[in-house]
Amino acid sequence: MSREQRALLILILACVVLLRVTPSAWWQGATAAGGAIEILPVHGQVSLLAGPTGNTAVQVGAQGVIVVDTMRPEDADALLAAVKRVAGDRPIRYIINTHAHSDRVGGNLKIAQAGAQLVAGNFAGQVGQAAANSAFIVAHENVLKAMSAPTGSQAPTPFAAWPTETFFQAEKDMYFNGEGIQLFHESAAHTDGDIIVFFRSSDVIATGDVFVTTGYPEIDLKSGGHINGIIEALNRIIDLAISEQFTEGGTRIVPGRGRICDEFDVVEYRDMVTIIRDRVQAMIGKRMTVEQVKAARPTLDYEPRYGSTTGEWTTAMFLEAMYRNLMPPPTVPALPAARRPAR
Amino acid sequence: MIGTLLASVAFTSTPAFAQVDLTGSWAGVFHEDQPERIPGPWLGDYLGLPINDSARAFAEAWDPSRLTVPEHQCRAHSAPYILRGPLNMRIWDERDVQTQQIVAIHLDTSNFQQHRTIRMDGRPHPSPNAEHTWMGFSTGQWEGDALVVTTTHIKQMWHRRDGVPQSDQVTLTEHFIRHGNVLTNVTYTADPVYLTEPLFKTTNMQLNPRPLTPQQLLYPCVAVVEIPDQKRGAVPHFLPGENPFLAEFRDRIRLPEIATRGGAETMYPEFQETLKAASARQSSAR
Repeated sequence: MSREQRALLILILACVVLLRVTPSAWWQGATAAGGAIEILPVHGQVSLLAGPTGNTAVQVGAQGVIVVDTMRPEDADALLAAVKRVAGDRPIRYIINTHAHSDRVGGNLKIAQAGAQLVAGNFAGQVGQAAANSAFIVAHENVLKAMSAPTGSQAPTPFAAWPTETFFQAEKDMYFNGEGIQLFHESAAHTDGDIIVFFRSSDVIATGDVFVTTGYPEIDLKSGGHINGIIEALNRIIDLAISEQFTEGGTRIVPGRGRICDEFDVVEYRDMVTIIRDRVQAMIGKRMTVEQVKAARPTLDYEPRYGSTTGEWTTAMFLEAMYRNLMPPPTVPALPAARRPAR
Repeated sequence: MIGTLLASVAFTSTPAFAQVDLTGSWAGVFHEDQPERIPGPWLGDYLGLPINDSARAFAEAWDPSRLTVPEHQCRAHSAPYILRGPLNMRIWDERDVQTQQIVAIHLDTSNFQQHRTIRMDGRPHPSPNAEHTWMGFSTGQWEGDALVVTTTHIKQMWHRRDGVPQSDQVTLTEHFIRHGNVLTNVTYTADPVYLTEPLFKTTNMQLNPRPLTPQQLLYPCVAVVEIPDQKRGAVPHFLPGENPFLAEFRDRIRLPEIATRGGAETMYPEFQETLKAASARQSSAR
């Protein structure tokens, strides 16, 4: 073995050991430099913090701060600085995660530990006063499942980053900073743990990645995503939102990625996703293969705006995922009568 | 020293005072593109529009029944299109009371009761992450006697209201030019999503000597259920190749399909030769 080969082998072994010790390699990205974060007021008590790969919504009031999604690990310091610019010294009380992807929960650890909660009475006796030294993390229980692991297994994320307040119902209500906040679980949409967050007095909806303005919606099949769930979530947003005049203004929407929107922007996006879904469904009905579907370009009218041939979520990936969603499950042929088990 | 600085500012800055007074009440004339504007374009009429294949595919899937969906019913025309509608318009300027400089020019249009603010104070356009509206974000400056307005942050809408789409990435450049009692609005619409070349249009308006009444400027709209059994989330559209109305326009005006399907080449005089050849082929085929 040459010296170069030996060096390469040592390097590979070192990488393997490092990954074995910390399988959640993406989590360690917290040491890398994050991107710039832009702050834009949205409506009422809610502001948009636009990061390099996605959006965070923050609600700021007399009781403190809610942070909806915490970006990537490497963005945590910049996000914390941005929150302080918006909120000053008000404490971060809650983090809400709209789903479990690393660009949504990546900053949980730092942001939660920079926050504080009110722990008192019997609750203090149950959880200990130390719980007051961190913000609570609210999410659907499927987010906790995705971030944790059964006893004895290596979890993909550190314990302190896991949600502390989970729910399994279709809806969870909160009241904070003088306004009601509704969390709606959108089952089987972008993932199986998506929630949209409606700040009722501020009249702002933070959607997570069920709605983005930068591309086609990502269907994470491994995490239980489904195109019909995404359309259902978009229709829910439209149901909740009320325009001020001429389908403009009124309820503001903070998408998972992209610009501030209102109801009509979601309507146009819902139309686009529904139309493409209907086309792919019709092509499946004609027994077209996935390659034939892609060649037929059912996204042609939306390609220059939302399409991509490179990056993490291409048009081809969007169509392939949708095709798998919409293909009917294979039918099991019935056994011949003679071979049916006797009753 | 201070005097020198003040003099420098006075001579180098470009005050936003109007070279021509555009204020007053204006009414649409409708002599340009009348069939497109009133009663409206036929489905499948993309003549003279520099659209790309994606815009054409979008338009061919367009079903006007989309406008029966409650969330679509009160959609307004966007800034690049709105002056083409039934129109009364009021223009007034806003001045800084201390300097009497014009800091903004305002337009109220009766069509969908839209209000535009053209900022004349040199401010930049907002971040791409800021919200988009029907009228967008406008800044203006005087070039000679023409008011030149640049507008971004416009919502997705249409270049022609038979479904030819206008994207939310559009940039609108306008010249407002006054000749006596006629105001001409020249638009240059650059749409990197759906147009291969900028779309130019002109729209004339006539000065109205009488002030507009509130009823001439208001435009109430309330969405209602138009189709009782329409399903939640319904999006009327035609699947590719299944729109039965696309041939009506070309059959009615007896033009070859290559003309009605639009594209930049259909805007230029040279296209007449292509059209003659195609028409000849069409005649001989009959």
